[in-house]
Amino acid sequence: MAPRPPRNPLTTAASIVAVTLVAGLFGLLAWRVATTARGSSLAAALAEGDRPAAPGFELPLLDGRGTLDLADLKGRPVVLNFWASWCEPCKAEAPRLQAAAERYPDLVVVGVNSQDFEGDARKFVSRYGVTYRNVHDRSGAVLKKFGATGFPETWFVDRDGRLAFRRIEGEVTEATLAQGAAALGVR
Amino acid sequence: MRRLLLIIVAALVVAAPAAASEQRPTLGELEAEVMCPTCKTLLEVSDAPVAERMRVFIRSRIAAGDTKSGIKDKLVRQFGEAVLASPPKHGLNLMVWLAPMATLVGGCVLLAWLGQRASRRRAGPEEAVDLDADTEAAIALALADADR
Repeated sequence: MAPRPPRNPLTTAASIVAVTLVAGLFGLLAWRVATTARGSSLAAALAEGDRPAAPGFELPLLDGRGTLDLADLKGRPVVLNFWASWCEPCKAEAPRLQAAAERYPDLVVVGVNSQDFEGDARKFVSRYGVTYRNVHDRSGAVLKKFGATGFPETWFVDRDGRLAFRRIEGEVTEATLAQGAAALGVR
Repeated sequence: MRRLLLIIVAALVVAAPAAASEQRPTLGELEAEVMCPTCKTLLEVSDAPVAERMRVFIRSRIAAGDTKSGIKDKLVRQFGEAVLASPPKHGLNLMVWLAPMATLVGGCVLLAWLGQRASRRRAGPEEAVDLDADTEAAIALALADADR
């Protein structure tokens, strides 16, 4: 068998660059798919009866008084409500969430405002007499973490920081809020 | 001198509309450069409620005399950098601009090199090979046999 001619170093370098580039692009694609699928996998796990850990976040409070870190609420049951001021069902459910916050003092209701102008969100809070805490998810990163696809959307977080009960897509009713509170052990 | 003058005039012709657009932007221009955050499409093709609200905001900022980049900055402060149709040219986003150019330049260099190598192969060896006297005699003998 004839000996193989030595490879040109430029060919080797070009091959390495090409393989690295393709591997990098695949890595990027895999990362994108994994981060996009995370939110829907949370909902799927919850639907199967699991209690996956709620994605953590720290966001600025809408009233400008610092930030809210979800981790700081560990030990207390939390209702997370994703909303926007231009969303019609959000207007309908805001008084129900406010009523739940007043009826269950142990329950921490947190509004996560996203894809919205901060000024509009503040006007909304004032107009609907909302006194529970609201944060502004400027980039929509938290929205993405939870896999929220529209507004409003509500999640329940237990005292251990795990998602519980079920994901509510669309308006919450008094009944679902009462059921959610009961699932979190709030009476 | 005339060439220099031509270059200056050409540069002015290209730069003037861009400068005017920056100072006095129109709603249409900004709609083509800004994304709707809910539907992830250009604002110009979106009829989502938030898109309508953004149009109202842009109109009010244009009326207030804001520049195009000023309006975009305000939108970024509310919706994050994803609101821009073209990613900003800094940080990791710079890769989006540099990667296609680097790939294009790299591809051209690779093609040129491959083309050069192929043409060199077709042309055969450039230098004559020195043979010793015995080998030359053997080749001459073989060629003579073949001619017969």
